[in-house]
Amino acid sequence: MNEKEGSDRELLEITSGEAEHVYYWHCGHYVSKFLLGLRDKKTILGIKCSRCGRVYVPPREVCGRCFATMNEWVDLGTEGTIYAFTVVKLPYIDPNTGKPIKVPRTDIYVKLEGADTCLMHWLDETDEKKISVGAKVRAVFKEHRRGTIHDIECFTQI
Amino acid sequence: MGTRTAIVGVGQTYHTSKRKDVNGQELINEAVRRALEDADLTLKDIDAIVIGNMDHFEAINCVDCWSVDGSGAFMKPIMKVTTGGSTGGTLGSCAYYHVASGLFDVVMAIGWEKNSESDTQAAISTCADPILERDFFGGAIGPNAAEYAMYMKQYGASEEDAAMVAVRDHNNALNNPYAHLRKHITVEDVMNSPVLCWPIKLLDSCPRSDGACAVIYAAEGRAEKIASRPAWVHASAVSHDYVYFGDYDWEAMPTLEATASRVYKRAGIVNPLKEIDVMELYLPFSTCGVIWMEHMWVCGRGESPRLIREGVFDMDGELPVNPSGGVLSTNPIGATALIRIGEAALQIMNKAGSRQVPNVNTAMATAFGSCYWFEATILRSGKP
Ligand SMILES: [Zn+2]
Repeated sequence: MNEKEGSDRELLEITSGEAEHVYYWHCGHYVSKFLLGLRDKKTILGIKCSRCGRVYVPPREVCGRCFATMNEWVDLGTEGTIYAFTVVKLPYIDPNTGKPIKVPRTDIYVKLEGADTCLMHWLDETDEKKISVGAKVRAVFKEHRRGTIHDIECFTQI
Repeated sequence: MGTRTAIVGVGQTYHTSKRKDVNGQELINEAVRRALEDADLTLKDIDAIVIGNMDHFEAINCVDCWSVDGSGAFMKPIMKVTTGGSTGGTLGSCAYYHVASGLFDVVMAIGWEKNSESDTQAAISTCADPILERDFFGGAIGPNAAEYAMYMKQYGASEEDAAMVAVRDHNNALNNPYAHLRKHITVEDVMNSPVLCWPIKLLDSCPRSDGACAVIYAAEGRAEKIASRPAWVHASAVSHDYVYFGDYDWEAMPTLEATASRVYKRAGIVNPLKEIDVMELYLPFSTCGVIWMEHMWVCGRGESPRLIREGVFDMDGELPVNPSGGVLSTNPIGATALIRIGEAALQIMNKAGSRQVPNVNTAMATAFGSCYWFEATILRSGKP
């Protein structure tokens, strides 16, 4: 085999490199107020549509069903029930850090009392046999809070 | 309703986990050449092209521009559409709208993906809100796993019920030379495969594939001349309702119910189980093949596991589902839903080879996008 034949058979793959490409996401008035509620008062705020009466969490400006602007803020407390959950065991790459996620990890959809939609978060239990749909949970806040969704450390079954 | 429109040609690549022998443009070209060959057309016959994928898998934007040589769009009207997992369904709708509008006679839809070029779960996770939900999303698998955990609790369904769907789709793929995964499996194999996101296991889950698909749509007048048995589009619908994943009502599945209701109404279908001859469904996980049948009005709530056990959706059952092996055997994401439409069309055209269901006159294809977006298409052998 001469040199030319060898190189003809090779199929190359070029990697994108180690570039860091940082985004700066804008929260707007509604999500900012929600996150500041977590940081400063340890409260979880929802917002109610004055037309259809639905209470949304996370809060947002417009009710998509009614196309109405919402202004009625609701303190949802810190307790609710597990609407659905999964125990993640596949250590896929976190697109925000480029590193594999820590597993096992339980992702939950929490229906807070008084809300019509769910908040997504983590549960501090990773044995699926010890978790049930409909179980009561409470938010556990971090001591040092920075105005992000992770000011809630996780939820815990009560 | 616009100009009557039919599918007259379908082409796809042999799907596999990694195609290092071609770049994206060359992969697209393989599917385009096969579709033209299938319809016995040349590129001159194509009036316009729509193309799509999910940019973040390859991190190259503007496939409408950079693939022109491979797609055949040189100096032709081409548009890109992308709606996540449902991209292929949107491509089909878009090509249909082009022809039905009366502005174009022959239009080609192209879907493609090179999933092997990046981490699929990381790329898919970018569809979740980065500030409030992405960290709790669990990749593409998370929401569907949570959905099934809830369904099991509600209706007493089991992990084995889902495994039976996996067995059906995987084993159907043995009849499809284009399928990526072609291995005979059993319920035991599924149950013993590693858990990815409880209760979804490896064999309950779609693979990530490299592949492309092209489907040619033509107007009445041209369609009958191109194909001896065109697959006529009777209905196409789409519904989106997502803002946050936490907003979705999994008990009601409003987007799927609305989409299915719309296409049935448009096509005059009252009893889908009796009136549809074959379905090619976008079921990314076996669990979806349990729950979603109910929201497509094929059976009542909680009845799906029984129908699955009775073999109603098997190749020799009353309503065969996924003769191609479905998404569980082949998943080049931007092409996946277009493959569903293409496979449904092949069934109508009686060109599905060893995966052909006998006497197909009505076929349904669906698409599912990451944020619980659904699309559906009804094809028939007769004109609308
Ligand atoms: Zn409202």
